[in-house]
Amino acid sequence: MERYIFYILALIMIVFAIASVTSKKMLRSVIYLLFVLCGIAGIYFLIDYNFLAAIQLTVYAGGIIVLIIFSVVLVHHIEMELELAKKSKQILVGLACLIGLGVFLTTIYSHPFNVVENNITTTTEDIGLGLLSYETGGFILPFEVISVLLLASMIGAIVIAKGKKLTDKNDSTL
Amino acid sequence: MIAGISIYEILTVTSILFFIGVYGFITRKNLISILMSIELILNASVINFVVINKYLYPDLLQGVFFSIFIIAVAAAETALAVAIIINLYRQIASVEVKDTETMKY
Repeated sequence: MERYIFYILALIMIVFAIASVTSKKMLRSVIYLLFVLCGIAGIYFLIDYNFLAAIQLTVYAGGIIVLIIFSVVLVHHIEMELELAKKSKQILVGLACLIGLGVFLTTIYSHPFNVVENNITTTTEDIGLGLLSYETGGFILPFEVISVLLLASMIGAIVIAKGKKLTDKNDSTL
Repeated sequence: MIAGISIYEILTVTSILFFIGVYGFITRKNLISILMSIELILNASVINFVVINKYLYPDLLQGVFFSIFIIAVAAAETALAVAIIINLYRQIASVEVKDTETMKY
């Protein structure tokens, strides 16, 4: 059963990822990206990391997608079609990506992984204790660094997005 | 772990997603589309962290912690990038890559 769910999720993710990078309409490609992110959350649910799946749904599907949709709506007309790269460039890049994929896959399939059969369920409590532990192997320092980084990027985003008032000088450049 | 699915199949799917992201990153001409391709690439790498943690070292949680950090950094990066794009649109009225030749504030 889980096997078929995984195949369906993989198919959805790959099809919508391709649609997302090739679609000519901006807003549609954002929505296709939303489907890919939801599929990734489904994979986290399948391998029993419920907390990560919840993070994926709230941060990516709830936060980042809304942010991108806002910027698309602020910047574009809805019906405007995107300019695509030249046909020759598309084919060239596609070939290079296929070659890179081949190298990746041969490396992966020639490496013997020592898979440990297990059915351990990770609770949110384990993750919280690991993140906040002071002992060796604890992640308290990176946790604090990330919080400072989030604060700094928030202030930076506000300062950058506020910009200058539209003066005569800016009007002439528009 | 997923019953009946080996680690190879999941790594195949994430590699395909990664290279779709790379393809979009190179062929797109629009700053917001490029940002979306970066999200695809980051997500593919996050799945790799989580899956390798689950299949190879199930009693540790390092992969989960790193994926949480990657998601946090990606969120911060997206917020900053959207701020920069909107400010750029105010100054030059375009978000195409070919029109972007100044970063002067």
